[in-house]
Amino acid sequence: MATKLEFEQKPRWVLALADSLVMIRRSSTHIVRNTDQLLGTFFQPIMFLVLFTAVFGGAIATGSENYTDFLMAGIIVQTIAFGSTTTAIAICNDLQRGIVDRFRSLPMSNLAVLTGHVVSDLFRNGISTVVMVLAGLLIGFRPTATVQEWLQFIGLIALFTLAISWLAAIVGLLAKSVEGVQWMTFVVIMPLTFASTAFVPAESMTAWLRPFAENQPVSQMVDAVRALLVGAPAENSILLAAVWSVAILVVSMPVAAWLFKRKTSQ
Amino acid sequence: MRKSYKDNQVLRGINFEVEKGTILALLGPNGAGKTTTVRILSTLLGFDKGTVTIGGFDVQTHADDVRRSIGLTGQSAAVDELLTGRENLVMMGRLYHLTKQSAHARADELLEEFGLVDAANRPAKTYSGGMRRRLDLAVSLIATPPIIFLDEPTTGLDPRSRIAMWDIIDRLKQGGATILLTTQYLEEADQLADKIVVIDGGKVIANGTAKELKARVGKDRLELTFGTQKLFKSAVSVLEKDIQETNADNKSLTIVLKDTNADVKKTIDLLAKHELKFDAMAVHKPTLDDVFLALTGKQAKDTEGK
Repeated sequence: MATKLEFEQKPRWVLALADSLVMIRRSSTHIVRNTDQLLGTFFQPIMFLVLFTAVFGGAIATGSENYTDFLMAGIIVQTIAFGSTTTAIAICNDLQRGIVDRFRSLPMSNLAVLTGHVVSDLFRNGISTVVMVLAGLLIGFRPTATVQEWLQFIGLIALFTLAISWLAAIVGLLAKSVEGVQWMTFVVIMPLTFASTAFVPAESMTAWLRPFAENQPVSQMVDAVRALLVGAPAENSILLAAVWSVAILVVSMPVAAWLFKRKTSQ
Repeated sequence: MRKSYKDNQVLRGINFEVEKGTILALLGPNGAGKTTTVRILSTLLGFDKGTVTIGGFDVQTHADDVRRSIGLTGQSAAVDELLTGRENLVMMGRLYHLTKQSAHARADELLEEFGLVDAANRPAKTYSGGMRRRLDLAVSLIATPPIIFLDEPTTGLDPRSRIAMWDIIDRLKQGGATILLTTQYLEEADQLADKIVVIDGGKVIANGTAKELKARVGKDRLELTFGTQKLFKSAVSVLEKDIQETNADNKSLTIVLKDTNADVKKTIDLLAKHELKFDAMAVHKPTLDDVFLALTGKQAKDTEGK
């Protein structure tokens, strides 16, 4: 033990922030190292985009826009919603493999474990979204957004990702196995994305489903993104999407933190 | 370090101290409460009654101070599988709030010390079981904590890796660390520990040095097996007064050894003098089962989980 060790001498909150950065770096490294996840990040959205355009493109009447323009917003939001499963699985894995015990035995901010996964989700979804937009441009997506609208789009997408990732963190904390995570997210995310305005206009849906499909948060998000990217009628969807995201965030963050504390001290 | 603790289910009163710079082994069967005890001592778990002091800090009121002075190696190798060995070490170092330079320097030092230099830049998921355990232990030493907890450090390791791990643990002690380890193996406690605390059913049932415990448990035994009934019977008459137990079906007999080396030699010499050849011989050391048998009058049994 020849080395003389030096410790950071900084205020508590600075150290807590540094802990989060260390954990964000850890989770982000996972994105690159986990080959399966990497494939999911790049190819799954492209596959959805191409398949949906080719299969439904001719059949769905969306009004004046071409279907790719209509679909783009839906695919982006859907990919983010499904992508949040990664956070849930990562947290579930950490809990099961005992590494959370190690983190908790360190003089670090415990919440950094969750923050690391959630924030790296933000990076991963960022990459996914860029890939999707580029692929979309190749197959006929023609955005009309101004610079300001693009910036609004990025901000809104980031907010939505954070909100849904914190929600996913709760799923990861509650599930007893990775299979459980997959089942729980499927049951929640599948209906939310398909019973929404992501792929078809709500007007074409069964009467009892329409009110739900028009007003649920995923639809608000899709409508907002669609309005920003291709100038579809926005009504107040941008505001509502932001409000929904903030509301989910405000509720799910403390719940996740509480669950984490409870779950790990048993 | 003091601790007394009460919980109806798991720990029904555990009380011991570990002297600075020594190794204490917590010995007991599965479900005895070893892991629970370690989890409490390392701030992972709360408890109902009693006090626990680690390095002068109360675990309940000064958890962060305790965490700064301990290193924990749990039963499952808790390393990040997708990160490399070096990345794991540096990450944990940073989480102990070492400076970047210190974390890197110390990581290199530990990779060297634990024979992981060649594997340093490979993801931990490619490591063998023994390497993973070594990395796991190295990670808990990244900030050279003066107090180290090792929860069953050799369970599941092959004999070679086990002996390598014993060497490492011994070196840690030479370096001045205070170590608490848990084990199911009397032999391991005997090899490493200055003091042994035997727990069963959440209670301390014995407490002392390996020598003291063994004196209570009994001696080594020599078992001899013969090829024919004739040889066996002759041997029984020759060795008569030393024999503890005979088994005519197996043509084997057991002798209690007061002084293992001298008594084995004496017995073999005696048999040679009478030209009695044996087929097999084995020296049996007292096992954990013997300890429990001696201390509780019942076999060590696996009780349920933690």
